[in-house]
Amino acid sequence: MAYTLLATHKTDARGNRDGYIAAMMGLMEAHKNIVHIDCDLMGCINAGKLLKAFPERTFNAGIAEQNAVGVAAGMAATGMIAFVHSFGCFASRRCFDQAFLSAGYSKLPVHIIGSDPGVTAAFNGATHMPFEDAALYMTAPDAVVIDSCDYVQTKSLTEKLADVQGLSYMRLIRKEFQTIYGDDSEFEIGKGVTLKTGNDVTIIASGIMLDEALKAEEQLDAEGISATVIDMHTWKPLDEELVRKAAAETGCIVTAENHQASCGLGSAVANVLAKECPVPLERVGIQERFGQVGPREFLMEEYHLLAADIVAAAKKAIARKKGNNR
Amino acid sequence: MDKSERMKELRILAEQIRVETLKVIHSRGFGHVGGSMSLADAMAVLYGEVMRIDPANPRWEDRDWFVLSKGHGGPVMYATLGLKGYYPIEEAYTLNQPHTRFPSHTDRRMTPGVDLTTGSLGQGMSEAAGAALGNKVQGRDSHVFVVIGDGEADEGQVWEAAQFAAHYGLDHLICLVDDNKRQLDGTCEEVMSHAKGIGAKFDAFGWNVMDVADGNEVEQIYDAVMEAYTVKGKPTCIVLHTCKGKGATFAEPTGAHSSQPTEAEWTEAIAAAEARLEAVTARERGI
Repeated sequence: MAYTLLATHKTDARGNRDGYIAAMMGLMEAHKNIVHIDCDLMGCINAGKLLKAFPERTFNAGIAEQNAVGVAAGMAATGMIAFVHSFGCFASRRCFDQAFLSAGYSKLPVHIIGSDPGVTAAFNGATHMPFEDAALYMTAPDAVVIDSCDYVQTKSLTEKLADVQGLSYMRLIRKEFQTIYGDDSEFEIGKGVTLKTGNDVTIIASGIMLDEALKAEEQLDAEGISATVIDMHTWKPLDEELVRKAAAETGCIVTAENHQASCGLGSAVANVLAKECPVPLERVGIQERFGQVGPREFLMEEYHLLAADIVAAAKKAIARKKGNNR
Repeated sequence: MDKSERMKELRILAEQIRVETLKVIHSRGFGHVGGSMSLADAMAVLYGEVMRIDPANPRWEDRDWFVLSKGHGGPVMYATLGLKGYYPIEEAYTLNQPHTRFPSHTDRRMTPGVDLTTGSLGQGMSEAAGAALGNKVQGRDSHVFVVIGDGEADEGQVWEAAQFAAHYGLDHLICLVDDNKRQLDGTCEEVMSHAKGIGAKFDAFGWNVMDVADGNEVEQIYDAVMEAYTVKGKPTCIVLHTCKGKGATFAEPTGAHSSQPTEAEWTEAIAAAEARLEAVTARERGI
């Protein structure tokens, strides 16, 4: 695992979907047993490239997610590795029983790609805006759950998924988002990345919240508060050692996620803290609400997902530390 | 052996499967007798004659596949696989005991010879379509048999899978419908009717459809499967008109979905099935 942190807060010309497709082009070339199955949303992630290059191993299952996941499991049982894509809302809620039993319980390599996670569903609105997709998959024993942040990370982690012998779910931001990492970066499933090291608070974030977390770190630094920032791209299996280390070193934690905070990254971190090293925890994320339509910028403000919200949460967490006289 | 001789042996095997299915469920005392017994004859045809299998190597790459999408019929599969030598049949007399390899619903991680996990109705149909496609992509000519129940055909996923299999021309996929006319809460007609019929639905979905008038008669089933093997470019659905609980003295008259008979009823049922096996053996072998 090696990485270059760019974090220029500038938009990448490449979308995360392009990272997925680039990884799949390489994987499908190298391994003749890898397939991509889509649910009439190939156009949304440029999977047409896969269809063109590998027509015999790229399938459109139509608007029928339950069957798509079942077919993936059946193909996996014959020795293949199946990636299935739909929007995150359908790739989770609509086909969860199939993913849980046909793939997860059956221990078959089926990798579900859910695009447009959380507020990135933007103009598709509430019906298409999953704040609970990862939560569902986190309930499946041994499943891998990933919330990747940019093109490079999506590409790297997609490549690593091909080695996972079971069910996984990856949230895929479709469109251009802020570049976090340089092109030479590589990641490991289940290993968080410490991007900044501080003393007062640790911010654990992933996906679209990582750029906000890095901005928050800068704002806190300007106020004389030093923060550790961790990219926790894998929500399950969680890098518990890194959480414990952060709790010990900074004494309080803020999580930031584009998902219900009560059943996602924040709750996963809370599980570790409550069990082994209780320190104050503040969770930035969706607070028991459904989605709604609007531009992403509006939604991030509406659901309190901005750097300013992380800054406020950090100050609150620090204030809650025992014997803190700040 | 000519065909009529082979059919005679299959009739005997079907009765052996019935005896063992009862013994498997009796080991636990209760279970899905009805939907297991209705399938004994189809199982005899598939495992006794039609399918390319190697019981010593259950995951043989070039095998034919079998998916019991109506997973609650597990006992009839355990009886069949035991009789075929996948494991000693006595081992299946641990049905639903803690740590058994023989759970109520078929499970690919537990039982040798079980290709895919089922139990959540409808899922086996998609899994089977995926297995057929996976084998095709990898250049194998294996057939995939999937059995669904008529009650199971209520599930939307069955029809998602049906349209997929037809769209991709999966002619090595053969779906047998155990049309025993009953589901848990009553007759299918009462609970959820199938309008023009399950076969008519498969026909509308682009499948080759065949009707077997007596789905508990091995030769009719065999002939239908042989005809299905000749069909190219589309999957085949064989609707087996069966009798739920066939051959179980306590279940056949009521068509019950699951049964918990008394020990006396078990004794009577197993004795009757054994007597039937003896009679059929004598008849078919002319002893």
